[in-house]
Amino acid sequence: MSTFPAIRFNVNGEDREVRVAPMKRLLDVLREDLGLTGSKEGCGEGECGSCSVRMNGELVNSCLVPVLQAEGASVQTVEGLAAAGKMHPLQEAFLQCGGAQCGICTPGMLMAATQLLSVNAHPTMTEIREGLAGNLCRCTGFTRIFESVIAATAENREERIEEPAHAR
Amino acid sequence: MRGNPDAHELIAPGNLDSVLELLAKEPSEWTPIAGGTEIMVAHAAGRLGAKKLVSLWGIDELRFIKEKEASITIGAGATFRDLRAHPGIGVKLPLLAMAASWIGCIANQSRATLGGNLVNGSPAADSSPALLVYDAEIELASVRGRRRIPYSAFHTGYKRNAMLPDELLFAVHLPLRFAEQRHYLRKVGTRRAMAISKVALAATAWLEDGLVREVRLGAASLAPFPMRLVETEVALLGRALNAESIQLACAALQKEAKPIDDIRSTGAYRKRVAINLLTEFLTALATEGQGR
Repeated sequence: MSTFPAIRFNVNGEDREVRVAPMKRLLDVLREDLGLTGSKEGCGEGECGSCSVRMNGELVNSCLVPVLQAEGASVQTVEGLAAAGKMHPLQEAFLQCGGAQCGICTPGMLMAATQLLSVNAHPTMTEIREGLAGNLCRCTGFTRIFESVIAATAENREERIEEPAHAR
Repeated sequence: MRGNPDAHELIAPGNLDSVLELLAKEPSEWTPIAGGTEIMVAHAAGRLGAKKLVSLWGIDELRFIKEKEASITIGAGATFRDLRAHPGIGVKLPLLAMAASWIGCIANQSRATLGGNLVNGSPAADSSPALLVYDAEIELASVRGRRRIPYSAFHTGYKRNAMLPDELLFAVHLPLRFAEQRHYLRKVGTRRAMAISKVALAATAWLEDGLVREVRLGAASLAPFPMRLVETEVALLGRALNAESIQLACAALQKEAKPIDDIRSTGAYRKRVAINLLTEFLTALATEGQGR
């Protein structure tokens, strides 16, 4: 396997290098080569969003990204949300509002919500529905998930949604 | 994941000339991959036939939107997020902005490109009906130079197009002369996001003195590829819009539409819905009255 040339990119603020087939999916590289198993595989065809990560500030389905196309990119996964042992406000809100049940869709939901809030700090319910439309949940129910996103953006929160520098 | 990453070569030359040289040197050997929203699905399912792939992602020469007074040119590598974010497209080519907004979801729109949507050639392609009624032109590039063809002549059959083996889709040119015309676009699918069209119909039209002077109808999923409904258009040209002419147009569409039964819908349903969409558009047009 080491015959492959190095592919370098940044994940959650850390420079990483892998030597894998360039057509290996970013999702599999994250999970198998980098040990970041937060991103899940649901459908493997861009329908369910459970593999959602952010790449150069855009939301992508990591199952549809050949790792070569991540060369030089900044990738943020769910593991990059909490900082200094403190949960991201979205994670706290999901916890408080019951926005996660089985948890399979949750990393993708969190990343899609992070993406939404990065471009729209106070989304309406319609905007939340659109922002999360590519993320399927089959047990929690969407209402609690949408409510979690609203809770994370509520004016009375002490911490604002702050993006780590590497995710911009 | 049933595909085997080791079974496919993928290179990223990083600039347009190198890609074109590769396509010229080994025509039909290399499959361009842009945002991968089609190719990677096939890859994961283990049904990606292409052994050699050349990445177009990150080639800035392909990812641009240029607005001039009379036209907007969109690079083949522009994503649907790029299209949605462009103010000129939203105002002057609203049907295209609308179509871009209902392609998949945000994560798909961040990666899927206009060029990829067209080259993939799905009969249900979301951007196609809008491009058809805006008289889009396709610019193809190869080491031999550039050439332009009308988008209405681009698709030649199911998943077939007019590109030669050494050519790459470079850009889509859109004249802005439709900005003042009546616009219509409606997609019928199973839900608002992530749904592949059962049927979609786009239209632009210009009425003068109560008569239809210009009308363009573009449809998805009514034929093996996205197409203009020319016979239905002809049935409307020069006529006043009333119950009789609308019925004639629907009869023309009934003949012209050749939808199929597949996993998403039936031919009969598609035809019925297409007629309903056409009726909706023409009725609104008749009610709104004259003018551009």
